[in-house]
Amino acid sequence: MSHYYFIPHTKIDQILSYFKGNGYKCLAPRHLEGGISYAPISKAEDLPWGYVDEQKPGHYQITKTESPQAFGFTVPTASVKPMLFKAKETVWKVKRDDSGKLAFESVVDVEKIAVFGVRPCDLRGIEIQDRVFQHNSYNDIRYSKRRENQFIIAMNCGTSHFNCFCVALGDYPRADKGYDLALTEINAGFVAEIGSDKGRELLLYLEVDAATGAEVEHALNLIDNAAQMQHKQLPPIKEVEAKLMANLEHEAWDDVASRCLSCGSCTNSCPTCFCHTERDIPNVLGTETEHTREWDSCFSIDHSYTHGETYRENPKYRYRQWLTHKFSTWRDQFRTKGCVGCGRCVTWCPVKIDVVDEINTICK
Amino acid sequence: MLYTNDAYTPHEAEIVEFIKDHHDIFTIRLKFTDPELDSKYSFRPGQFNMIYFYGVGEVAISIVNDRDHQKGRFEHTIQVVGRVTKGMMKLQTGDKVGVRGPFGTSWPMAEAKGKDVVIVTGGLGNAPLVAATEEVLQNRNQYGKLRVIHGIKSQDWLIYQDMYERWHNSPDTKVMMATSAEDPVDNGKWEWKKGFVTAYIPELDIDFANSVVMTVGPEPMMLAVAKEFIKAGAKPDNVFVSLERSMKCAIGHCGHCQLGSQFICKDGAVYPYPACEKLLAVKGL
Repeated sequence: MSHYYFIPHTKIDQILSYFKGNGYKCLAPRHLEGGISYAPISKAEDLPWGYVDEQKPGHYQITKTESPQAFGFTVPTASVKPMLFKAKETVWKVKRDDSGKLAFESVVDVEKIAVFGVRPCDLRGIEIQDRVFQHNSYNDIRYSKRRENQFIIAMNCGTSHFNCFCVALGDYPRADKGYDLALTEINAGFVAEIGSDKGRELLLYLEVDAATGAEVEHALNLIDNAAQMQHKQLPPIKEVEAKLMANLEHEAWDDVASRCLSCGSCTNSCPTCFCHTERDIPNVLGTETEHTREWDSCFSIDHSYTHGETYRENPKYRYRQWLTHKFSTWRDQFRTKGCVGCGRCVTWCPVKIDVVDEINTICK
Repeated sequence: MLYTNDAYTPHEAEIVEFIKDHHDIFTIRLKFTDPELDSKYSFRPGQFNMIYFYGVGEVAISIVNDRDHQKGRFEHTIQVVGRVTKGMMKLQTGDKVGVRGPFGTSWPMAEAKGKDVVIVTGGLGNAPLVAATEEVLQNRNQYGKLRVIHGIKSQDWLIYQDMYERWHNSPDTKVMMATSAEDPVDNGKWEWKKGFVTAYIPELDIDFANSVVMTVGPEPMMLAVAKEFIKAGAKPDNVFVSLERSMKCAIGHCGHCQLGSQFICKDGAVYPYPACEKLLAVKGL
């Protein structure tokens, strides 16, 4: 009767060959250049076995341990976002002939991607970006086609880092929807739950048994433990949303602006930030141009430039735009919050600004 | 209708006529080269298109109208401000550009029926309200009095002179001009005043309580216009402004045009004044 299954570590290679056989490129967290980041993998050995991470404000460090786990770390350096909403891509091309005629061609570059090991916060990040690029007034066909061609194996958390705060936002370090399979890693393998027909097909292929009661209990305890490791607190999100907009002239904005470098590390590492700019890149002969879309940040001075005027010239206005957007106006725009509590903006801030502290100061 | 597939990619359009309005202001009259698209295309007064200049980029420009009311033609009046518009100044009749649109909200033409209509513009803010004015004139008996107030830095900057003359000579319609520079010279066509557009408000012969005001110009001008009309008796919900912010995508994806919770590109650019009053009051929002 159980809807939990057990996948031993020894079956990871089978999962990878299943993906390969079904035309998926498989991306998973790997140990790369001193961090754990998503990259293509071809065999179970490629996973970051034994690695754990330490994340604090402005701090990231990984260590190799004797742990038998492949997913003993918390969140990878970057989220899944770049697989769907690329940091830079050509959205269309235009050819110009001798007569000056313009031939526009829409560019949609899609790969079938299977992601092995998506943390629950990053899963929520995808759900939020779906609302921006798909369930909005206009649909982006590039994003939508990538979503249709994505296979998601979620990985529930067994541990939290110092900057994690999904619990403070009312979420939990357990995948609740939007996955094909959700796994929780226990000692010799994973306790698995099915989230879609695609996931069920993979499980059938693997010929695995139901998980035992003890295995399930172990898995659920690990998730609870990860939740309990989180220490950050926030007022209820509805209260945060109202108070931020009621305090647009709070002195704390000046204080944080005096520390903020406007570098955009927070927006770059964020799973939900969607701002982008567009650019034309013509060839030398002048016969063809590529029109690109690339990530932009509300911390860049150009972001609010309009007709000779920069509306958010002061860093205070830019920080306020970022924070009030994430934690207030996002709700009006997309009927959800703009933050998933992954803590990356805190980890990757070079001057250790902790968004949770800033919110608490303003909402006091 | 245009964007069931890809809202990012422009469509080719041909310049049917290039009109030089002033030394750095010009108008391009366009039609889509694809006949099917051309026959389907329509817009509402107040909406805008993204105009693409080959090799440089796109700009958001309000749709003016077609001066001769020819089906399948639309115009954009453009001032040189940045790289794209500087390049466009060199375009000629027969040249091709890219167009996607129309985007954004439109002027409240239906709500304005049965009411006096006041159009208040400053500088090139007159372009986004040409189509609304023409719609009133084409359905003249459905609207009350029509008053057009335009402010400009000096008289020689005035574009659309023939159009203003036609408007001024239309039934129950009056054109009034304000200039902040030297004392204006009476051109014998319509009234000129030295000062701001708001100077005409106290002497307007309209029913303020039953009027609709549509205004486009610099933000401080629009705010002053809205406040003065409300003071004179106009209902706040009947005062409409059109906002401007940087737009890269025009479809609510790129984030540049945000003002509080608003994406000006798709939730605006036309707003009832009460909807944006608080947002505009906060500096740097």
